[in-house]
Amino acid sequence: MAIRRQSLILGGLLAPVTLFLGVFFLLPLLIIALFSVLTPGLYGGVAWSFYHWNYGRIFGWADGIMEIYEPIYLQILLRSLGFAAMTVVLTLLLCYPVAFWVSRLPDSWRLVFLFLITLPFFSSLIVRLYAWLLILKPSGILNTVLMATGLIAEPMEVLYTPTAVVLGMVYIMIPFMFLPLYSAVDNLDRAQIEASMDLGATRAQTFLKVMLPQTLPGIIGGAVIVFIPSVGNFIVPDVLGGAKGLMIGNLVEQQFLSARNWPFGSALSMIIMTVVLTVLLVSVTRARKVSGHA
Amino acid sequence: MAFLEIRAARREFNTPEGGKVAALDGVDLDVVANEFVTLLGPSGCGKTTLLRSISGFEALDGGSITLEGQDLSKLPPFRRPVNTVFQSYALFGHMTVARNVGYALEVAGIPKAERDAKVADALDRVGLSGMGARKPSQLSGGQRQRVALARAIIAKPRLLLLDEPLSALDRNLRQQMQLELKSLQHDLGIAFIFVTHDQEEALTMSDRIVVMRAGRIEQIGSPRDIYRHPRNRFVAEFIGETNLFFVTIDRIEGTTALARTAEGVTLMLPAAGRKAGEAVTAILRPTDFTLSDQGLAGTVTRAVYLGSDHYLFVQPEGGGQEIRITARDGLAADAGAKVHLAHDPSRVHVLEAG
Repeated sequence: MAIRRQSLILGGLLAPVTLFLGVFFLLPLLIIALFSVLTPGLYGGVAWSFYHWNYGRIFGWADGIMEIYEPIYLQILLRSLGFAAMTVVLTLLLCYPVAFWVSRLPDSWRLVFLFLITLPFFSSLIVRLYAWLLILKPSGILNTVLMATGLIAEPMEVLYTPTAVVLGMVYIMIPFMFLPLYSAVDNLDRAQIEASMDLGATRAQTFLKVMLPQTLPGIIGGAVIVFIPSVGNFIVPDVLGGAKGLMIGNLVEQQFLSARNWPFGSALSMIIMTVVLTVLLVSVTRARKVSGHA
Repeated sequence: MAFLEIRAARREFNTPEGGKVAALDGVDLDVVANEFVTLLGPSGCGKTTLLRSISGFEALDGGSITLEGQDLSKLPPFRRPVNTVFQSYALFGHMTVARNVGYALEVAGIPKAERDAKVADALDRVGLSGMGARKPSQLSGGQRQRVALARAIIAKPRLLLLDEPLSALDRNLRQQMQLELKSLQHDLGIAFIFVTHDQEEALTMSDRIVVMRAGRIEQIGSPRDIYRHPRNRFVAEFIGETNLFFVTIDRIEGTTALARTAEGVTLMLPAAGRKAGEAVTAILRPTDFTLSDQGLAGTVTRAVYLGSDHYLFVQPEGGGQEIRITARDGLAADAGAKVHLAHDPSRVHVLEAG
């Protein structure tokens, strides 16, 4: 009887979130999945008949009349994965040493630093990206300073290149990498580090054999949180990328908004999701195995 | 030259108020090879700081530590021929028990086959054969303690440091481990420096006890020495149960000095070195008193049953503080009983000026 009542209460507590996610997450996802195998409507929207060419024009089968196979879509997908991977590596390299530094700060300074890390969230992403535009453009702050100091003779072409896109993504993703890393580093058991050195391990050995494995869950957590939104990001390439910095997110956006080919956009979305889900599953199972948590 | 020599060791810490406090305030200590030395004292007395200075995790502000003639102060922890059993055990949670135990050999680059044999041997020594494949989280507290021990002795250190390693174990296990540690130390033939705040632990295991307070050594001696002949009131009260009497010598009768407290409780002290009119502190352990037909008269206020013994609180007739005594089961008295306490003058330890 008591158990029954408990499960009733639990059901009652979980119902709102289940309902919310069902209506606003699961249902749209199913619609996209369905649209991805439907025929594009003549003036946008969909026609209700099965149509596999949406995937065909991405992966290499097409009728050659209505739909043409273009390897560029796969290239853009690969480029997006590459950009996202670079963002993960760069944010990790930047944040990992800082996490150690912050975890050793006195309490009050630590709070100040953690506040500074979250400070960017207080202003609009678009505004911050346009600020980068001002920094990177040929007559911008970066080039002016470098030329004034005589380090370069001509303005560097940074804006509208892949470099600018990765730079922008690294910038917006730093807090997402830093926080899980910091939490892992802060939870390191100092006694274990001492035990390692006590048993004859050098600082480098201690780092590789004790500190790195113990912070691995944080590294993987940060990597996943940075990788997923980076793959599908379309705002950064939109503002800083130009044609060479186009990412798969821009492609989806174009298909839904300007090309009005909803089924093709849906198919692209499903591919992003499949790739991201695979990365997530592999990394989570791997983290479990290494960190030894059941 | 002693095996380990600590000279004028000094270590200061900044207090949150901005002042300085000396955790080690001029400590001199010699440890001979194969000796079991215990650093004993209340928390904050500097015993752990001293241990960490030997292992290399605290740098001294002054003084020196030499091991077999080699100055340790310039060596980082991983170059010192010393291993530690940590209070929290500090086992590596992401490694198996076997890899934990073999860690010192792994980082020293010993081949795996040789390592495996030594790990099996070390696990066998601490009674954990066959547990090598488990993770530390799958072990009990006592088993983790043994893993920490096996891990610390596998590289055959010249000196093993133990930082309150038994404090997390329950009483029975702790007593068992005390005996095992002692016999392990004997088998290994290396020196142990053991830190504890538990005087019973110190008395059970040590060859010598170093009693510390506020960064200084109060007394160094064998357990019996420390217990029977404490050098001052702090040591007397810290080691074991103690009855302290502030007395004035009345007169000397042969080998016995008769002394009296302010409340009129009379005691008999060894006469050697005493003279009438002198004020001293007399120390009697609870076991030094026996219930008798004559002697110090008093009333039992409380009786505590301890199994083989009774612990009695006796209020002397003349007044003053209660006297604590142990009496054998069957020979004890109940609360409210009028009793007489006798004592052997030669068992009384005298402190000149408390």
